[in-house]
Amino acid sequence: MSDVTMAEKDAENTPKPEKVVQADPKMMGRKVSVFYGEKQALFDVDIDIVEKQVTALIGPSGCGKSTFLRCLNRMNDVIDGCEVKGSITMDDGDIYDPTVDVVQLRARVGMVFQKPNPFPKSIYENVAYGPRIHGLASNKAEMDAVVESSLRRASIWDEVKDRLDQPGTGLSGGQQQRLCIARAIAVEPEVILMDEPCSALDPIATAKIEELIDELRTNFTIAIVTHSMQQAARVSQKTAFFHLGNLVEYGETETLFTNPSDERTQGYITGRFG
Amino acid sequence: MTDITKNGSAPLGAPGHQGIAEVVAKGLKKRYAAERRFRMYGLVAIGLALLILLVLFTTIISNGIGAFFQSKVTLDVPLEVSEIDPDQTGDLDVIGKANYRGLVFGSLRADFPGVSGRSNRRALTGLLSSGSDFELRSIVLDNPDLIGTTVQAQVSLSDDADMFLKGNMTDVEVSAGDGTLAMTEDGVLSGGVYAFGNVFIDVKAEFARKADEAENSIAQNQRQLGRIDEELAVTASRLENADDEAQKTTYADTLRNLETLKANVNASLEKLTSDATDFRTRSQSDAGEETLDQSMPSYLVVTNDGVFKILTVTRDKVTTEIVSPPSSLDSSADWQIVKLQTPETDRRLTDKQIGWLHLMQDRGQIESAINSAFFTTGDSREPELAGIWGAAVGSFWTLMVTLVLSFPIGVMAAVYLEEFAPKNKWTDLIEVNINNLAAVPSIVFGLLGLAVFLNVFGLPRSAPVVGGLVLTLMTLPTIIIASRAALKSVPPSIREAALGMGASRIQAMTHHVLPLALPGMLTGTIIGMAQALGETAPLLMIGMVAFIVDIPGGPTDPATVLPVQIFLWADAPERAFVERTSAAIMVLLGFLITMNMAAVFLRKKFETRW
Repeated sequence: MSDVTMAEKDAENTPKPEKVVQADPKMMGRKVSVFYGEKQALFDVDIDIVEKQVTALIGPSGCGKSTFLRCLNRMNDVIDGCEVKGSITMDDGDIYDPTVDVVQLRARVGMVFQKPNPFPKSIYENVAYGPRIHGLASNKAEMDAVVESSLRRASIWDEVKDRLDQPGTGLSGGQQQRLCIARAIAVEPEVILMDEPCSALDPIATAKIEELIDELRTNFTIAIVTHSMQQAARVSQKTAFFHLGNLVEYGETETLFTNPSDERTQGYITGRFG
Repeated sequence: MTDITKNGSAPLGAPGHQGIAEVVAKGLKKRYAAERRFRMYGLVAIGLALLILLVLFTTIISNGIGAFFQSKVTLDVPLEVSEIDPDQTGDLDVIGKANYRGLVFGSLRADFPGVSGRSNRRALTGLLSSGSDFELRSIVLDNPDLIGTTVQAQVSLSDDADMFLKGNMTDVEVSAGDGTLAMTEDGVLSGGVYAFGNVFIDVKAEFARKADEAENSIAQNQRQLGRIDEELAVTASRLENADDEAQKTTYADTLRNLETLKANVNASLEKLTSDATDFRTRSQSDAGEETLDQSMPSYLVVTNDGVFKILTVTRDKVTTEIVSPPSSLDSSADWQIVKLQTPETDRRLTDKQIGWLHLMQDRGQIESAINSAFFTTGDSREPELAGIWGAAVGSFWTLMVTLVLSFPIGVMAAVYLEEFAPKNKWTDLIEVNINNLAAVPSIVFGLLGLAVFLNVFGLPRSAPVVGGLVLTLMTLPTIIIASRAALKSVPPSIREAALGMGASRIQAMTHHVLPLALPGMLTGTIIGMAQALGETAPLLMIGMVAFIVDIPGGPTDPATVLPVQIFLWADAPERAFVERTSAAIMVLLGFLITMNMAAVFLRKKFETRW
């Protein structure tokens, strides 16, 4: 396995870094610093989230990767005393610009959380909630269609189609997480943020979610925080390694895992610290 | 590998390890004992609490259950046209104004033709409730066709009569008379040799008791006399040794006073001694005629639908006062002796009144009916007319005002503080103050209500709207604290999920967090309401303690509430109000238990698990 990846990596190694810079990134973070009150959690992070690709954010606990992810749809706004400096743009628009409506932003940048958190409502209502508050479906038939297609795209339709009126909390953990993904994609966001979506799941459910992420890549831009380096290697095209609030290394996943340029990255991916 | 095993197993065999096991084993017994002791303390505490609760409930129920029943007497009342509607108008206004009191009293007097004299007749009609004429009036108004016929009207007895019939006034012993009983017109009754032997012996025993009492007093007086003598001796010697005139006069005065006191004590001693000897001889002598007095238990003789009160007694003969003349002087009829344990001076009904009641009972006129007035009327000075409905309606209006104000305000305050308010020292201050408000004595809220709502805003006195406002102030902290706890218990993941979907903060709140927190908020509200229902002190301050007979028709009418009604009745001197107090407590407890059960039920039903 490592031989194959090595070979692939070697083939694509040289042109990739330029590609990163040249590709038109969906979202761009420049000199992003985050403060929780007095404490600075992120230091001048520069990252591009490339369109229709999966970007993995890895690093030891407390390194700021989740903090950065939550900056991308301004979920940090809710936290008292949290301050974001620098710029994060999406399609060349600064998302922290005062004119940007956070509700609209979140409709464009969906999020899936670490712990599956379906609403304590029916499966149907869970998926229909987003389209409903944003007014995306004008009648019941349209809504039904949106719900069905979202559930299909989240590969959970076959498992739940006969019990759409039952509570979403009654599903298994893996199903709940796929329901949450279906809920997130029901509003057709451009970017989906995933905050350790598999950390509460068993390996089989994890495999399903990873498969799903790979499918979703064709339609959505995805940023995923993960603790599992194998997962990052499996699902992502770009990987960013954070350490103590700094972005240590960012690049093609293959490159980063096989030929890290920083020794901290080397140390982390070989399991020497973390 | 072997090394590891060795290392791993070595401590088990080592002496040090065994030592630890021994130490642990030694301590184990003590630990388990402590655990058992702790469990025992818990059980004892719970047992005690249950026992006290049981005692409380038994007392309240046994005291109060009687109030749900009321003694009523059935009277044959001739509804003369000439009395009620002389012009035969058929107009309910005219019919309503007739002299029903006269009719009821008249028919009761007709049942006791032998009762003569103004005071006796008043005593007789005093057995009826002062509301008995209204009862007859409503019978007639309900069915005016009855006019011209004789109706069997069931009317209430007075609270005193009711108390006697419920056994709350005096112990009554009825013993069947032995043999035949000869009667004379003037009330001399004579029977067999030992016909009144038991009464005679009772009276003798009573004399013995009185002799004992007198002897006790004699002993006391003699001790007092001894003390006075000592004082005298001391004062006399002081007088002798006194130097100046002023002191001498003082001592001389004291001496004179003491002499007077001594003389008085001596006199009473003399009286007591003669009494004691008298009582003792009378209690010991086997013959003779004894006179009963008012400080002794009373004895009634009942026969031939007549009642006699014993005045003097010998073994075979008594002289009596005729309470109600018998239908005949037939000596072969059955007869009974009724002993009333409590002396006449110590109770509110006279022997005569009890005699009449006894006759009515024998005639089957009296029965105990469900006391519907208790649940349908307002307060009254007459216990048998007093009810809790006025207070219940007052409580209802007060609680309505409280609920309508405190629930929305409390929930909104909690939502704002928990979800929207910035966390700074101002919100901290508000939070501390809300928590402190929950601990403020409720009477303080009453004072505030008096000063602000009545004096500044000029709202009506004694009105549920003011009571509701005051109780709102009192309930708000409870509701806010409970609501905030309910909001806190909603997992943040739900909030995040909604916000992550692009819901605004208000949407996340109203669509997701609030519905999940609502059962907890409702529980808090019901508990707050239950507190408000039981609150008395603040309502006293705003005048809801007034004596209000009318049922309040709205939140601005003068009213009182259940706990205040209990407070008022507990203060009333009539024995019948004791019963009603406990009954009202039962009703209030019933409401409180229902409300708390509703809270538990809501919590169980809408509890969401994540």
